[in-house]
Amino acid sequence: MGLLELRDIHTYYGHVHALKGISLTVEAGEIVTLIGANGAGKTTTLRTISGLERPRQGQVLFEEQETNRVPAHEIVYRGISQAPEGRKVFATLTVQENLNMGAYSLGNDKEAIEENRRRVFKLFPRLEERKRQIAGTLSGGEQQMLAIGRALMARPKLLMLDEPSLGLAPMLVKAIFQTIREINEQGVTILLVEQNARVALRLADKGYVLETGAIALAGTSQELLDDPRVKAAYLGG
Amino acid sequence: MNAMKKIKGQFSRLQGLSERRKNLIIALLALLFPPFTHLLLGMGANRWTQVANFFFIYASLGLSLNIILGYAGLFQLGHAAFYAIGAYTTAVLSTKLGIPILLLLPLSGLVAAIFAILISRPILHLRGDYLCIVTIGFGEIVRIALRNDASSLAFLGKIPGLSGFAEKVSGLVITGGPNGIFGISRPSLFGFTLRQQWHYYYLFLVFVALTVFAMRRLENSRLGRAWACIREDELAAEAMGIDTVQMKLLAFAVGAAWAGVTGGLYASWITVIAPESFSFWESVIMFCIVVLGGTGSIPGVLVGAAGMVVLPELLRQVLLNIQQWRMLLFGAAMVLMMVFRPQGLWPSRRVRLGMEEEESLAAS
Repeated sequence: MGLLELRDIHTYYGHVHALKGISLTVEAGEIVTLIGANGAGKTTTLRTISGLERPRQGQVLFEEQETNRVPAHEIVYRGISQAPEGRKVFATLTVQENLNMGAYSLGNDKEAIEENRRRVFKLFPRLEERKRQIAGTLSGGEQQMLAIGRALMARPKLLMLDEPSLGLAPMLVKAIFQTIREINEQGVTILLVEQNARVALRLADKGYVLETGAIALAGTSQELLDDPRVKAAYLGG
Repeated sequence: MNAMKKIKGQFSRLQGLSERRKNLIIALLALLFPPFTHLLLGMGANRWTQVANFFFIYASLGLSLNIILGYAGLFQLGHAAFYAIGAYTTAVLSTKLGIPILLLLPLSGLVAAIFAILISRPILHLRGDYLCIVTIGFGEIVRIALRNDASSLAFLGKIPGLSGFAEKVSGLVITGGPNGIFGISRPSLFGFTLRQQWHYYYLFLVFVALTVFAMRRLENSRLGRAWACIREDELAAEAMGIDTVQMKLLAFAVGAAWAGVTGGLYASWITVIAPESFSFWESVIMFCIVVLGGTGSIPGVLVGAAGMVVLPELLRQVLLNIQQWRMLLFGAAMVLMMVFRPQGLWPSRRVRLGMEEEESLAAS
């Protein structure tokens, strides 16, 4: 029994059958990646886990409890947070204010918030340098750091990252992925959605390949990196 | 000797205050002053005290709408409805049951908040312009219901078995129909009853000062930050663990409650209210106060209220012979404002930054 388990999840957007029976398991302490092309259902899977979409069929289990019908804002209290696609930092708030919003679910527990903030600043010293800066004026990479830092402020058990490499220079991607590994080493389980399959698989313990709303392949990262079909479709030969 | 020291101490403390604080104190002293000049100058000046009182009422209404429109970013064009509900609650209970006004004020706020929760719950999932249209509808329904009074329940007579009940109900007079309610009692405290315009000036001044103080606290609270996040990105806010539905409901309830209290104050000041005092136009004025002044900005809303209430009166005095041009000039000023200063006269930091970001995005 994993930390997170999806059993035969079907999610619809109106009449569009977006997820056609997704089953996957994330064990505590792992880094698991979902890779696949645009529209394969990666983001929808995350949205279903975080409660922003309701599956029409199937079960989402977190710590052995069904969370299908738990509203999105309560999922955060259960211990899942996410850095959404396109970062979505609160552009007119300062870095510090953004981080405080990430700790919203901790209420007025000043000590815990302060401790989390220190932890985030240690992971991303850049954010501390810019803590009074307005988030909208940060560079893309800094915004991504902020989005991840903000998600960490809730002290999640499971951190979901949606395309953290999107629109970033290769150097920055490397740095961000290095930090993701560090976060994982601190005991946070990570579910990573990526288009950049090579980077993602090098970081992750195991991966799932999504194609048109269903899981096409699953295995350890090494298995997937060596798989000829993955090589042809996602790793550029 | 000791006294001298004390005075000196006070003086140096005054000097130690920041520039901002000093300006604030000067502004407050200036605000305390005006009615006296009117007393000295005679009754003619009373009219300006009345204008000032209207300014206070609209400033308070603007600040209450600012919670919904400015902080939470929900388009609301039916705010006059909550103002009306508050005013009628005070008016009905004061004329029928003789409850003192000062007790009715919080009750008016409560009733307005209950209505706000009831009507906004089913429509909160609507966004932007759709929400706006529904709130316009609500505003009109309230006004028309007040005008029809209980007579609108006469249709119940057509339902078999209810005709007796309908006859009883249709004879009831609660809101007074199109004529409204007369003879609302005035607020009194320790045997002193407020009668003159300048009495109300001080009551309203205190009320608006209290409102500004409360709004400032609200803005920087956990609740205020949650609203700011919802306004910026609802999905991201939800992903932070903010219950967006509950927070939006709260914005509606708090905004409506404040408008309700203001309505009660208005009723006790004017002593005569009618449905037409709460027309769609009133909602439009409140909306303009917030948007022209600066959405989400407390000083902005105050400036906006001055612009919408005091400016037309000034124009009336200045233009004298060409009074009929007054509204035309006023309208032109509003159009120019929106073209050259869309962020409002005194925008809040957050809105200003948001607009700059949009501009830079559009440019790139």
